[in-house]
Amino acid sequence: MKALSRMRLLGMIRKESLQILRDPSSISIAFVLPVVLLFLFGYGVSLDAKLIPVGIVIEQPDTTTQSLAGAFEQSEFFQPYHFDSIQMAQQMLNERHIDGILWMRSNFSSNLLTGSEAPIGVIINGVDSNQANITQGYIQGTWLAWLSRYAESRGQPLPIPVSLEQRVWFNAALSSRLFLVPGLIAIIMTMIGSLLTALVVAREWERGTMEALMVTPLRIGEMLAGKLIPYFVLGMAGMLFSVALAVWQFDVPLRGSFWLLMVSSALFMLVALSIGMLISIVSKNQFVAGQLAIVVTFLPAFILSGFLFDINSMPDWVQVITHLVPARYFVAILQTLFLAGDVWLVVLSNMGALLIMFLFFFTLVWRKSHKHLE
Amino acid sequence: MSDTAITLSAVSKSFRRAGRKIAALDSVSLAIQPGQVTGLIGPDGAGKTTLMRLVAGLLLPDEGRIHVLGIDALTQPLEVQSSVGYMPQRFGLYDDLSVQENLNLYADLQGVPVEERAARFQKLMQMTGLGPFTQRLAGQLSGGMKQKLGLACTLVRSPRLLLLDEPTVGVDPLSRRELWQIVYRQVQEAGMSVLLSTAYLDEAERCDEVILMHQGKLLGQGEPADFSRSVAGRTFQVSATGVSHRYLQERVSRAPGVLDALIEGEAVRLVMEAGIEPKLEELLPGQENIQLSAVEPRFEDAFIARLKTQRNMGSTALIRHNKVTYDADDEVIRVHNLQRRFGDFIAVNNISFSVRRGEIFGLLGANGAGKSTTFRMLCGLLPASSGELAVAGHDLRRASASARGRIGYMAQKFSLYTNLSVMQNLRFFSSAYGLQGKEQKMRLEWALTTFELEPFQQANAGDLPLGYKQRLSFAAALMHEPEILFLDEPTSGVDPLARREFWARTNALAEAGVTVLVTTHFMEEANYCDRLVIMADGEVLTEGTPQVMKASARTVENPDPTMEDAFIRLIEQRQQAVLR
Repeated sequence: MKALSRMRLLGMIRKESLQILRDPSSISIAFVLPVVLLFLFGYGVSLDAKLIPVGIVIEQPDTTTQSLAGAFEQSEFFQPYHFDSIQMAQQMLNERHIDGILWMRSNFSSNLLTGSEAPIGVIINGVDSNQANITQGYIQGTWLAWLSRYAESRGQPLPIPVSLEQRVWFNAALSSRLFLVPGLIAIIMTMIGSLLTALVVAREWERGTMEALMVTPLRIGEMLAGKLIPYFVLGMAGMLFSVALAVWQFDVPLRGSFWLLMVSSALFMLVALSIGMLISIVSKNQFVAGQLAIVVTFLPAFILSGFLFDINSMPDWVQVITHLVPARYFVAILQTLFLAGDVWLVVLSNMGALLIMFLFFFTLVWRKSHKHLE
Repeated sequence: MSDTAITLSAVSKSFRRAGRKIAALDSVSLAIQPGQVTGLIGPDGAGKTTLMRLVAGLLLPDEGRIHVLGIDALTQPLEVQSSVGYMPQRFGLYDDLSVQENLNLYADLQGVPVEERAARFQKLMQMTGLGPFTQRLAGQLSGGMKQKLGLACTLVRSPRLLLLDEPTVGVDPLSRRELWQIVYRQVQEAGMSVLLSTAYLDEAERCDEVILMHQGKLLGQGEPADFSRSVAGRTFQVSATGVSHRYLQERVSRAPGVLDALIEGEAVRLVMEAGIEPKLEELLPGQENIQLSAVEPRFEDAFIARLKTQRNMGSTALIRHNKVTYDADDEVIRVHNLQRRFGDFIAVNNISFSVRRGEIFGLLGANGAGKSTTFRMLCGLLPASSGELAVAGHDLRRASASARGRIGYMAQKFSLYTNLSVMQNLRFFSSAYGLQGKEQKMRLEWALTTFELEPFQQANAGDLPLGYKQRLSFAAALMHEPEILFLDEPTSGVDPLARREFWARTNALAEAGVTVLVTTHFMEEANYCDRLVIMADGEVLTEGTPQVMKASARTVENPDPTMEDAFIRLIEQRQQAVLR
């Protein structure tokens, strides 16, 4: 009596698959949403500073100021605009047309030539503190580079006691796209696994079909498996599609093993599906299930997973909370596998955390599922 | 124990809702015999669905024991579920699967061997007449077809016990009749036991045995004829020339010893209290030209008689309404060649009718016949695709607020603010119609008294029993004393007593000159209308008075046809016309 029946299980899977294929929203969450998100984050959102608009005010043009301005003109980080007076530049800064001002007073060149202090005025719009820091850093860098060239051209090398030889590993160009796109896969799988599953199971409650299913010889195990398997396949298909887009469209390298990626994704998918099932069992109503899924899974995956914001720079107590977000572990695995390679310690420890979460949530789902309406 | 199909011993079940405990079943004991159709009859909230779910093992009782086909439903729910077929209220179909796919799913779940399926499916399709539609999605079937598909799905593996929870709600009479035929075939051919719940009292007479429930309690069990016999000699029909049937009903219902007075065409049907002979001078003192005759008792008479003694019903307070002065030939609502399309689908197809002032005019038809769409166009909630319509000379879609203020509207399902109290709802609706100050206060008092809502003033509308929700919704629509009243399915789901009260109030309004347009899927409610149209598939099948409609269905075998007979005859005529 306890044994699973193949006929019933296959019947459930067939029904669920047909519903997925006929429901435009399932297909679009699995395949259209990844494209939209990947293109948005791959092309639209960039955390890099490039072509920062800055105003340059030169009160008395000559060759020295021209060469410093030229350094900014040639930099890939800046898009300089020239102004005749500081007032005009300030006006533009107020109106947010430019993010910073470089101000060379009329006595700049003469001071420099005579060897006395020749300050450059730098004004930066600090509303977006992150952007302001980056802008400040780049201005400083550009200025230092120009200064050493200037000193060299006059035969007096600049005495800098220590020099840095920097190497950036894994993402040499420090391109944020390489960092965002792998993390995005975790977001997409959360959507398919938790949101979609929560919605479809809640829909069965709402339409009264769950009641009809329950008064058949169908077992709980068959019902859960019949729901999980099709959505697992859909989620993995969405994942493969996103990986293909990441590698071929966005040129993100996949340095780790493909199979390790598959296994860890499968594990994460199971966690997401269990949470989705749990939500639908608790709410039994599509609207509530959708809200819950977004608040409990999607938003934390977005904000607290390290996909967009660095976990280490969060306040301590928020960092503790991030340990409860399954996407956190998966984002770490994804970023490692894509950009660094098979770093076993990182991958295995995070997979271990995912496994524990899966066992926890699935046990809850199993316990909460019964063939009663209450 | 094993010789009964279902046995309940002292079963109680209650639910917690909003912190309050509601007893759905109160110590119910009964035994249901195998190999027959047992009807579970009672108004909404009687506990029918709870009982069905308990029998199906979907709920566990708080107390008591349940045996289904000799199996203990508490300890072995899976065994019960393997031997019963259960159709829940909304048929349990997947709208996005085709007819065939729904059948396949249930065949898989019920473990029907693959080699037996072809023959079984063919038989079911032939029985339900769904054969030509196997590839159609279930969501695109009509209500009647869905109902038959739902039944076919529960019958894929001929169960020993069939449980049908309100299978006929909102379905057209023809489909209802067909469903009954299918059910009886199962009993005769396969020896199946059937438990069927319904809120339609006229269906009781089709059952072998009837279980009567009200508010979680068992009122009685027996053959339908036994129930009717209990009011034998107490049912009469009274008619009088020279006075309106509504006036007659109002007066008779206040007479001593009268349990129930129901409008039936031009006459009024009476149920007297036991042992009281109707005397004309007591019923209608001072009235001349009265005819009184004894009639055959019906199940509904017995039901009402039982409930009224149970509840000890007082008299129904009637509505006092400022009399509208009018010209009897005044056409208040005029509809000409009205059409409404949704994409390819024609919901309302070139209908025409007109309603005179002071008339109760009915739109009768099954779910999906186009009643509500017509209604929404008349109220200006939905633009018409083509055709003309005028309500009090205006198209309400473009009319001014003052023109709208002359109509009252009671929406389907009693749209109330469920988390506002009765008083807050009334205050809101009255200010929405521009009542304020002293006038508003007067109308609020009027509503509370007339509809006997005082004890519930502070209760949330959502917590009211359905009959009171209906009263509140009705009161809200009347706050501004409208001349024209639109009532959309006002009696759906409400118990027969509340329905009687409702019609008594509506009659009083019509007597005062208010024009009432009402939709209903209860065929017998057509008797309350002065005139009506019967709709099916977006078209008007016929227009006229209920008497003429019923008379047109009169045959030698059926000398006294009901409204339902008339409806079925119209549908059949139409189908033949289509075939020809």
